[in-house]
Amino acid sequence: MSEYNFAYLDEQTKRMIRRAILKGLAVPGYQVPFASREMPMPYGWGTGGVQVSAATLTPDDTFKVIDQGADDTTNAVSIRKFFENTAGVATTEETEKATVIQTRHRIPEAPLTEEQILVYQVPIPEPLRFLEPRETETRKMHALEEYGLMHVKLYEDISQHGAISTAYAYPVRVADRYVMDPSPIPKFDNPKMEMAAIQLFGAGREQRIYALPPYTKVVSLDFEDHPFEPTKADHPCDLCAAEDSYLDEVIMDDAGSRMFVCSDTDYCRARREAGHVGRMGREDA
Amino acid sequence: MSAQTQFSGGFRNAPLDAAHAFRAAMTVMSRPGEIRELTGAVPPEPLSVAAGTLLLTLCDPETGIYLACEIDTAEVRQWLAFHTGAPFVTAAEADFAVGRWGALVPLDAYRIGTPEYPDRSATLIVECDALAQSGAVLRGPGIRDSARLSLPDIPVMQANAALYPLGCDFFLTGGTQVAALPRSTQIIAEG
Repeated sequence: MSEYNFAYLDEQTKRMIRRAILKGLAVPGYQVPFASREMPMPYGWGTGGVQVSAATLTPDDTFKVIDQGADDTTNAVSIRKFFENTAGVATTEETEKATVIQTRHRIPEAPLTEEQILVYQVPIPEPLRFLEPRETETRKMHALEEYGLMHVKLYEDISQHGAISTAYAYPVRVADRYVMDPSPIPKFDNPKMEMAAIQLFGAGREQRIYALPPYTKVVSLDFEDHPFEPTKADHPCDLCAAEDSYLDEVIMDDAGSRMFVCSDTDYCRARREAGHVGRMGREDA
Repeated sequence: MSAQTQFSGGFRNAPLDAAHAFRAAMTVMSRPGEIRELTGAVPPEPLSVAAGTLLLTLCDPETGIYLACEIDTAEVRQWLAFHTGAPFVTAAEADFAVGRWGALVPLDAYRIGTPEYPDRSATLIVECDALAQSGAVLRGPGIRDSARLSLPDIPVMQANAALYPLGCDFFLTGGTQVAALPRSTQIIAEG
């Protein structure tokens, strides 16, 4: 640990990131540009989230990393090890015990508390980017609150598919002002964004930081006759029988058999330890 | 100035002291009305411990500091120059402005950001005698129902909030305590 400055980044970089986080919190949902650094991992592996975590962590923190809800995937394990080595922080897989949680594409099932901070890894922070490629134009659209294009996109979903088919990175309106990309979380997670914890978003390649203070109003865009619906696979978890958690579909063989399991591995583990058993939870329990 | 020199009173362990100080600053900025302890630096008078710690946590050669009236002493300048390397600038160019409320106003002296880049605005560090969770009622992002905070000037801060998403952001410091008022907070004057 002594080979690195605390939490890897140099102090001037951390100050720059910290100033961006404070402005992001003061203008919820607005994307603050920051001078993203090269990190010892490729773009797309969470360099934005890692830089935000590095600027946020203190030695007293307990750190948790999830990748699509799982604590044991390559990305989550390597980022957790990175901060064990460079910041010397305690790490955990239990949501309740963590004070800082870095996440890729999920919000934990267990409700977060006021003592916790959720750091998102964001690939494309600009919700309007696939509708308007020019940064100069999307800046202007945010400045003028010109979000009609986003509603047109959702309307085209309805006209083609009969329903809003956008299933992840579902756009939200923050505090009645900025339209924000919630990162590619499933829309099932959108209602959880009005939470007690601080939410910070870091996009390393795109060099943007944005934030949601606790209890900030976050509304998923929709229409009166096509209201927003958080959706999930219509099954209980095959391991822990949870009816209320977001599920991953796992193909079991080439004969079409499949199972549905909680995407949040810690939630599933805790439920199985509490005695809940799903359809296929018996033999490997 | 007895034992205090421009070289003393900095962070003892810069990465750790700054990390703890930032967490306090981030907590109050994301929860308007909260008051936290903010210590680590020992700045020269008349700068408070909280204001001095905040400046050491957030300022470096990339940020211009404006010192308002009675804060603008040779000791404070030398101390900040040694520990942060930040340039001293006018109110119109400042990223951070420090002083008592009466010396900082009027607010139209400061940058409020642009419609495309509202983050390019000044952060004001307002030195107060004491902070209390009483007085003006606050609502908005970061506040569950409502909060209360002793504000130095409700009408001026209401006018600043009306500029949203433009406007200045405030840290209120008193002794070793810090609170914050981002521009997103709606302020209701009420007894």
